[in-house]
Amino acid sequence: MMTTRAEKYLKTAKLPHIWCPGCGHGTAVNALLEAFERMGIDQDKVVIVSGIGCASRAVLYLNFDSMHTTHGRALAFATGVKLARPELKVVVLMGDGDGCAIGGNHFIHSARRDIDLTAIILNNSIYGMTGGQLSPTTPVGSSTATSPNGNLMRPFDICSLAKAAGATYVARSTTYHVAQLARYFQKAISHTGFSVVDVISQCPTTFGRRNDMADPVDMVEWERDNAIPLAKAQQLSPKELEGKIVVGEFVDGSQSNGNGRGDGPLP
Amino acid sequence: MTPSHKQRLVQGNEACVEGAITAGMRFYAGYPITPSTEIAELCSRKLPAVGGTFIQMEDEIGSIAAVLGASAAGMKAMTATSGPGFSLMQENIGYAAMAEIPCVIVNVQRQGPSTGVATAPAQGDVMQAIWGTHGDHPVVVLSPASVKEMYELTARAFNLAEQFRVPVVLLADEVIAHLRESVVLDRETLPFPIVQRKKPSVSPSQYLPFKADADGVPPMANLGDGYRSQFTGLVHDEAGFPSTRPEVVNSLIRRLHHKLEDNRQQIASFEAVHLDDAELVIVAYGSMARAAIAATRLAQERGLRLGVFRPVTLHPFPHEELVTAAARARAILVPEMNLGQLVLEVQRLTAGRCPVVGWSYVRGELPTPDLVLTQALRLLEAEEEYEDLLQLAALVRDDIVRPDWWLEQEWGA
Ligand code: SF4
Repeated sequence: MMTTRAEKYLKTAKLPHIWCPGCGHGTAVNALLEAFERMGIDQDKVVIVSGIGCASRAVLYLNFDSMHTTHGRALAFATGVKLARPELKVVVLMGDGDGCAIGGNHFIHSARRDIDLTAIILNNSIYGMTGGQLSPTTPVGSSTATSPNGNLMRPFDICSLAKAAGATYVARSTTYHVAQLARYFQKAISHTGFSVVDVISQCPTTFGRRNDMADPVDMVEWERDNAIPLAKAQQLSPKELEGKIVVGEFVDGSQSNGNGRGDGPLP
Repeated sequence: MTPSHKQRLVQGNEACVEGAITAGMRFYAGYPITPSTEIAELCSRKLPAVGGTFIQMEDEIGSIAAVLGASAAGMKAMTATSGPGFSLMQENIGYAAMAEIPCVIVNVQRQGPSTGVATAPAQGDVMQAIWGTHGDHPVVVLSPASVKEMYELTARAFNLAEQFRVPVVLLADEVIAHLRESVVLDRETLPFPIVQRKKPSVSPSQYLPFKADADGVPPMANLGDGYRSQFTGLVHDEAGFPSTRPEVVNSLIRRLHHKLEDNRQQIASFEAVHLDDAELVIVAYGSMARAAIAATRLAQERGLRLGVFRPVTLHPFPHEELVTAAARARAILVPEMNLGQLVLEVQRLTAGRCPVVGWSYVRGELPTPDLVLTQALRLLEAEEEYEDLLQLAALVRDDIVRPDWWLEQEWGA
């Protein structure tokens, strides 16, 4: 998106942002603003809620009503916002540790409720803000500050998790595939029900440097070279899919009950 | 009192829900836990009828988070829990204090620590209610001692939360929560009007969400009101933008503290029973205060001048009135269903004006008035015996760790 078109969505006086050069989060946020622009959203009717971490910092620069909450709890705060003001669009920005480790319980229960929120997970497989520790999406073998000899534990597949827990729109793309990413954001935000977009993003500073991809370009090329569309991935064996990033729409939204009003008695 | 047609037999937890709805509560999020569960159950039935929303969350952390989200979006919101759940809520109570989001948290205390005795009353969460979350923070803690007060103080909790933009803890206990008393609960009987949060009087472009008025409280725009409000748990400037500048840190932390401290006279409240001519004052709160007040009646029959000072706000504390009572008394007894928590505050505030002695009762039940009276008599005897206050204090410390030794004596009965 051209900077001038993005400006109205940004608190420009608060720039520059704190992200490192080459960080993928800016690219992802730009795609989000592109989605807002295409949707022609009313800026006063969107609330952006985030947790704690590099990804969650985004809300501080966005010219919307926002809540920068506690680590892992963004979805639970957002549930309260949405139930209090159902007419507002509520978009939740989280990182992978924020959304799926400390916040994992809120994530699966938001999916179970099919509450009308959009969960965007900026997934760079690392705790960036605290200096590069193991996250629940760190690939097996990757080196991090707390797995110096390589990670031994299997990562979460966020899309499978969301689908199994009942989310009614689930998609994955990367910060290389920005046009696709903006399209998925638009569909997720337009969807009534719990929507999840898993954004494979790059942290050159704390992940790339430890894993032979110190140059941000190396990381984006890694995304490009390993991404496989869902339809193609379905033809491949688990062995062939090792190390690949399956992109596409895993749940298309048709199953939603569309009420998104939680599991208590409805008003 | 002549029974009125409005009089009903009501449980404490039910009165709490009635008080909340009267005050305008329209959002409840919670997680089941004994002995507070009736509050969630009643909210699930009553809120839809008044256009409100109930949600059962996945845990207590999510419950308080949802309450804060709903409150930031303009709803008066509440959650209720007990010890283990209250511990889980602490981090987000700090967020409420920092982001200045009004909320009411009911903690029906049960015997702890840990799972403890889920169905037994206790008062072990006093210090946690005041100091539980990390960092210096403002919080109001209210202690109800009757079903009527469960109603009134819950309504007052919302008023204080909205007026000062702080978390307010209604610190009940199992006895009061499950007690049934014949009461009239309606808005006309409330001794105060219902308060709404202050709205900004400036346009969105001029609005600074954390610029306080003279009372220390910033007007609050809700999410969705078009003010582009920004809430964060980071130290922030008046615009709500994070800052690490020492002067910003200093002025925010001090303002958050002062908005309650400077208004303490308006907030702090207490009840005095036979206090004016009391030689021995019992400082007691919650269900323990009922035993203490009953003990003053037993004492009167024996010609003893026993009075009760019952703080209704445990924080901020009705400081001046306690000091006045301490200056007149021979001694103060602080009976608690814990190993001595509020007694430390009473000792600090009275600063040696008279001996202050704690009595710990941690048997998962409320002591009888007889037992409280026995301890009072014991203290008066000891106060004559030990002229040296330090000696008396030592005696008391010893007795606090060996309550059963006291109970086995036949003091003046
Ligand atoms: S540490 Fe990583 S995730 Fe955080 S701003 Fe830097 S590059 Fe981005």
